[in-house]
Amino acid sequence: MLNIDSIENGIVIDHITAGRSMRVYDLLELDKLDTCVAIIKNAKSEKFGKKDIIKIEGATDIDLDVLGFIDDRATVCIIRDGKLVEKKRPRLPQKLVNIVSCKNPRCITSVEQVNQVFYLCDEKAHRYRCRYCEQEYKK
Amino acid sequence: MRHLIDPLDFTRQETDRLLELAENIIQSPGAYAHRCGGKILGALFFEPSTRTRLSFESAMLRLGGQVLGFSDAGSSSASKGESVADTIRMVSAYADIAAMRHFKEGAPFVASRYAKIPVINAGDGGHQHPTQTLTDMFAIRRRRGKVDGMTIGLCGDLKFGRTVHSLIKSLVRYENVRFIFISPEELRVPGYIVKEVVEPSGHRWEEARAMEEVMPELDILYMTRVQRERFFNEEDYVRLKDSYVLTPEKLRAAKPDLSIMHPLPRVNEIAPEVDNDSRAVYFEQAKGGVYVRMALILTLLGLEKGILDGEEA
Repeated sequence: MLNIDSIENGIVIDHITAGRSMRVYDLLELDKLDTCVAIIKNAKSEKFGKKDIIKIEGATDIDLDVLGFIDDRATVCIIRDGKLVEKKRPRLPQKLVNIVSCKNPRCITSVEQVNQVFYLCDEKAHRYRCRYCEQEYKK
Repeated sequence: MRHLIDPLDFTRQETDRLLELAENIIQSPGAYAHRCGGKILGALFFEPSTRTRLSFESAMLRLGGQVLGFSDAGSSSASKGESVADTIRMVSAYADIAAMRHFKEGAPFVASRYAKIPVINAGDGGHQHPTQTLTDMFAIRRRRGKVDGMTIGLCGDLKFGRTVHSLIKSLVRYENVRFIFISPEELRVPGYIVKEVVEPSGHRWEEARAMEEVMPELDILYMTRVQRERFFNEEDYVRLKDSYVLTPEKLRAAKPDLSIMHPLPRVNEIAPEVDNDSRAVYFEQAKGGVYVRMALILTLLGLEKGILDGEEA
């Protein structure tokens, strides 16, 4: 059994779908942090069989909005003084910037160097639309 | 700074006011003949267009302004690889307002982000064509006097037709509109238009496969062209194209005050014999486009103020 220390202050992103932790790591830009970050892959999960976990020591002000888009199954635990003070499930973000690219070859983003922007148009169905051409992006 | 990129960029009240201004221009064209003196319209047509480009140019000239621009991407700096952002930055120094048609969807929106002058979307690929929508709304207003309570049949290519989608988005802002979508199975109105636009608005809607089925109920019939290139085989196209040819025979069951509209150009979906029917609105509709664009230019340049309040134009 692999042991990773508990954190005193920080964030634990739990129940990440097994195999998605590196994408979460990249999109949350955790590589830019200079604090201790642990990525645990394929941990045992009673509910799902396997899961990934990311533990971030010392940082609580990370923009987690995009997490709901990458993995709406994940949970975010805020730890203070070694205690769980808040547990939340991320919601789908209203806007995605440079997370996904428009697949419409007629879209201006296929030729112009601009941000790839999508906005949430249907929360239930997890559907987004390109801000430029309104092409749908469905997860 | 205001732009017109999406038909819904103007509220219903702003749209009504703009159409009222267009009506005013028709009634008193002389009062507006010099309103844009000293102003320049940049007509940036990256894609060829006859009707839209000429109507924009006509609109600016009738307002006493001047026009510069290009009529295809080959004669613009885009052929050298210049970005839309850089093009509009440059045009902002040469003109006071720009109308942009582009083959890439969302290009006018990008332009509006970098422009120092108002930008009008004059059609972006298969996406939006807001000045066509304003023109359509103006034709309805002139012919019917109102939009509320109308039963509107939209017929033909309801899947790919950008004018239809934009028009539906504008119409749902009125009261008690009933939509009848008449199309072949292959060209039905997209599900998202029904789910995200029509149903939340509470308006009634239904679908029909043959226009004869619903003809007696319609106040407005908006015809569109069934486009050959959308079909996988010629046989289907020929079969479906023929089922949507509006003829005097099919109009026998229609209301005497029906309004027949079409964004033009038409191919064969309206028989030429219908042109002489008093219910045909489409040429009048196209003519209205000039006045709508005049009103739009005045509005975006902030030169409309006072006109409708009785102040001297």
